Amino acid sequence: MRRFLLRRLGQVIGTIFGVVTLIFFLQRLTGDPTYLLVPETATQADIDAMRAALGFDRPLIVQYLAFLKQIASFDLGRSVIQNVPVWDIIASRLPYTLQLAGGALLVACGLGIPVGIILALYRDHPASRLLASVVLAAQSMPTFWSGIILILIFAVTLGWLPPSSTGGIEHLIMPSIALGLLSMATFARITRTSLLDELSKEYVRTARSRGVPMGLLLRRHLARNASIPVITVAALEISNLLAGAVIVETVFAWPGLGQVTVQSILARDFLVVQGIVLLGAFVTVALNLAADLLYSAVDPRIRLDGSRR
Amino acid sequence: MTSATASAPLLQAGKPRRSIMRWVPVMLIALFVLAAIFAPVLAPYDPNSQNLLGRMRPPGTVSRNFHYLLGSDELGRDLLTRLIYGARVSLFVAIASVILSGVVGVLLGMLAGYLRGWVELVVMRLVDVFLSIPAILLAIITVAVLGTGLVNVIVVLALTRWPRYARIAYGQTLSVANMPYVRLAAFMGASTPRVLLRHILPNIIGAVTVVATLEFGLMVLFEAGLSFLGLGVQPPTASWGAMLSSGRNYLATAWWIATFPGLCLFLLILAVNLIGDDLRDRFDPRSQ
Repeated sequence: MRRFLLRRLGQVIGTIFGVVTLIFFLQRLTGDPTYLLVPETATQADIDAMRAALGFDRPLIVQYLAFLKQIASFDLGRSVIQNVPVWDIIASRLPYTLQLAGGALLVACGLGIPVGIILALYRDHPASRLLASVVLAAQSMPTFWSGIILILIFAVTLGWLPPSSTGGIEHLIMPSIALGLLSMATFARITRTSLLDELSKEYVRTARSRGVPMGLLLRRHLARNASIPVITVAALEISNLLAGAVIVETVFAWPGLGQVTVQSILARDFLVVQGIVLLGAFVTVALNLAADLLYSAVDPRIRLDGSRR
Repeated sequence: MTSATASAPLLQAGKPRRSIMRWVPVMLIALFVLAAIFAPVLAPYDPNSQNLLGRMRPPGTVSRNFHYLLGSDELGRDLLTRLIYGARVSLFVAIASVILSGVVGVLLGMLAGYLRGWVELVVMRLVDVFLSIPAILLAIITVAVLGTGLVNVIVVLALTRWPRYARIAYGQTLSVANMPYVRLAAFMGASTPRVLLRHILPNIIGAVTVVATLEFGLMVLFEAGLSFLGLGVQPPTASWGAMLSSGRNYLATAWWIATFPGLCLFLLILAVNLIGDDLRDRFDPRSQ
């Protein structure tokens, strides 16, 4: 267990190091990164001054080491436009994105898991086939379209919900549904597959032949055993939801990290974009690790170091 | 392992799907492809010709020389015409980026799986790094560096998505590389490119095709998403994503501007996903 953890931790550090390196070289794809940081109206003198101030006139290797050192001390730099640390911008926006992702996860699990159970238990029923088509359709809807359709129906036509921005819980409903529908299919799929796997096992047949009702069997045994892949996928899906928030936040004018990312690109505030992308990658790596660890926590039969008891 | 089960086909319940239903998505895609190819012939008007007196007219309105079958947008341009031209952008970007990322990814994946050693180490670590940045964020930061526009969107999408192909090609190559006929070919003096292209590629192309199909739908979605955010194809070029974005401002008065481009996107992506689900049934031995 300990060896596994150490090895896995080594991998995580390696990957993060790779991500930081990739971002560094990505900035230099077009040559001089100074141009990413100055407004379009800047004069040549301004650009030269900026280049010297940021150290972009130094040798590449020196810049690279400086960048690594800066990121290693959790310094994401300052926003050129707003003149505040990038961390402050992230901290002020993060709660909104977390609310949205949380709401979406609730929608995705709340709809996806029951649907998956139905699809597994009644796999040959025609209605179940129809349900599967609905799930596939929901997965094929771009979030920016489903979001707009929701606004059109519930805000513009019916007037039940506010069309955009923040406030009470009612502001969160439509963005959560738009974002959650996409992940619902993933949860339905994995729940169905893993429940079908479990249903085909001997102990299920034995229990059924002895007259154990399906409902009891489902609650007592199947739920626990079949939940393992579902939990793992949930951890991985959170990073998808956070990334998907970029677009949904723009649709609903939700003031989270996604909205500020898009605004920063249009305002040429590159360091903010860079900070958020780095954060997104760190969170993804951390969630992957969490999925691995959860996997063993839920099912003690799985030993992370590969040894068997 | 988890990702393999998570992507198991959804529609493969008991009986095989009726053959007619199987052709519906294919015909739908053919329709979009034909619309894209013959856009100048099919479209009733020029996609950029404005009619400022006929702004935001509902579907079926006639204004001056225009007959708006699906309504007009905020500059009085014919929505149907722009939808037809929008299919061009969507399909072109998706095809180009799937080919570009597919070729690069499959080549690197095959090399990593066949040569092993440091090539494997470098390529697969790179794959891990790329895949640990959420795709949309990686695309966004690359656009921020390279700038917007049609060609840049294709480059960005290819750069973001090649690891998917590399990973599948690598795994498949590993399982084929030790087959007797592959080893014999190498032993008889076949060069590495020859072994890869003649002996390994034909064996892995099935799995790659499944990934490419699902990726195609994703690329349509990504192009539309980037254009929606204003980071993709730039106006006045007709792109479904950009049309949706501008229609968003007129939801209360002109619902059709945002609704129809979204409907096109939805139908195209749904058709691709249905075909992908179908292919997965056929190529995945576990679902037999």
